[in-house]
Amino acid sequence: MTITVLKPGLQTTVQDLGRYGYQMQGVVVGGAMDKMALRMANLLVGNDEAAAVLELSMQGPELQFEQDTLIALAGADLTASINDKQLRLWRPVLVKAGSILRFGKPAYGNYTYLAVAGGINVPEVMGSRSTYLRASIGGLEGRSLRRGDSLNFFESSETSKLLLSELLLQHKAESAFTEVNWWPEPELLPTYAHDPVLRAMPGLEYAWFSENSRDYIWEQKYKLTPQSDRMGYRLQGTTLALEEERQLLSTAVSFGTVQVPPQGDPIILMADSQTTGGYPRILQIISADLPKLAQVQPGGIIRFEEVSLEEAHRLYYQQEKQLLALQQAIIYKLHQG
Amino acid sequence: MPETIENPPLLLCPLGDSAVVLQFGEEISLNTHFRIRAVAQALEQRAFQGLLEYVPAYTTLTVYYNPWVLSQQGKLDAYSEVVRQLEILVEQAEENEPAPARVVELPVMYGGTYGPDLQEVAEHTGLSIEEIIRIHSSGRYQVYMIGFAPGFAYLGGMDERIATPRQANPRASIPAGSVGIAGEQTGVYPISTPGGWQLIGRTPLQLFDPDREVPSLLQAGDEVRFVPISEQEYEARKEPKV
Repeated sequence: MTITVLKPGLQTTVQDLGRYGYQMQGVVVGGAMDKMALRMANLLVGNDEAAAVLELSMQGPELQFEQDTLIALAGADLTASINDKQLRLWRPVLVKAGSILRFGKPAYGNYTYLAVAGGINVPEVMGSRSTYLRASIGGLEGRSLRRGDSLNFFESSETSKLLLSELLLQHKAESAFTEVNWWPEPELLPTYAHDPVLRAMPGLEYAWFSENSRDYIWEQKYKLTPQSDRMGYRLQGTTLALEEERQLLSTAVSFGTVQVPPQGDPIILMADSQTTGGYPRILQIISADLPKLAQVQPGGIIRFEEVSLEEAHRLYYQQEKQLLALQQAIIYKLHQG
Repeated sequence: MPETIENPPLLLCPLGDSAVVLQFGEEISLNTHFRIRAVAQALEQRAFQGLLEYVPAYTTLTVYYNPWVLSQQGKLDAYSEVVRQLEILVEQAEENEPAPARVVELPVMYGGTYGPDLQEVAEHTGLSIEEIIRIHSSGRYQVYMIGFAPGFAYLGGMDERIATPRQANPRASIPAGSVGIAGEQTGVYPISTPGGWQLIGRTPLQLFDPDREVPSLLQAGDEVRFVPISEQEYEARKEPKV
């Protein structure tokens, strides 16, 4: 099973849920920017939720499928199409051999996940197949895709095979792809927004900031600048300042840490966040809102809302239950069909 | 009589919904470093349900956990459970005799093309090249933490006599393995990067290799010694760089 890369797109990389256990050696966690979308894309094709997929950003690639392949797209809407016919997100799709998948203008969001049945077959490096571009680790030779690359998949699961055979039965000879005739209920899917409210807890140095700054961070709106990438999202708005000058000794930071360098514009650390940093941490965005954050486009307006640790955990569990419900819904559909 | 050191109080606080920070003090000190190392060792020996990983730093140990895993184990309050587990570990760690630091010897070819700034360091410090090499290679350095880049060690313990400010114009590329001085710090570049450190030598060893079982040669808690070697030895011991 193979995909051939005809055009690589802006930045197409192999990603999974990230690399754990190596931060103490200075290696970033990395993995998908929108981990919910990655997990859902995998479940929709019958994969283990942690399988390796392609992460496409902004300007998608052009990919040719060499065999009949079961795929699912999740996350940002980059207007995917095959033979000028639009492909919908969040559902299993059979793509016929020889078909070419293309992407157009991003309708919303930044990162789309393309899961294929079996998962992308690249070697595991330090327990993960995700690509960390800055250190050229993991994925396909530690880099983003190039024209002419071909990607192989692992053997697909029984669930994938069932889904594929069902779609092959429904498939009409003249078309290039067939979608399932069902889709997950909207409540099971993530909700994205161009101007989201992100829930957060005060960071460890929250109390170091001036009273005004502590008010601003909850009250003011911050704009996401184009100087944003997998490592960090830079914000612009009312600048923030410490009550008095203080130096922070380098300490741990992670995906969702909002740090404030001396010039006062906050930076949110993203999936490729360095393991340690030295800027005061004003907030920590809750885990449940990281997928929503990942999909905010440059120019998007962000507001922060304070939640308690209990609430953050409740939202975390809610999201996990949502994922379990999706998994059950897929199994149910399969056995019904 | 040795002076008894009063430990600053240990603080535990949440960093978001998936991490607990153990704060051992406010300043860099060997005592704090040893306390952090002891707890890290205890964590290594006795991992608990839901533990993802931990990151030691100058005055903190940050412990990452998965609250969902804990809630699936019937722990209603995942944070309190992690704190409870950590308090047990801290207590054990503080009672245990601290394990001696692992000593890592880094062979270094000083000067020449390997350490193009050795002369500049000599001029700045007023010491001879031989004295700088002697001082740098007779020190014992603690690895306080790893961060900034894969395998980059924050070392403490450099003799102030060889302290030299960074270069005015950073180099576009510094070869992996370069040993440098920046102000009162010394360190080794694990990967080739731009940088402004004063380069005094280079180690033939590979500081970071993703294919090794433990990719980073140095770990927080290690003690590092630099051993001067000849150019011939350097070439003989050279490891392929990533």
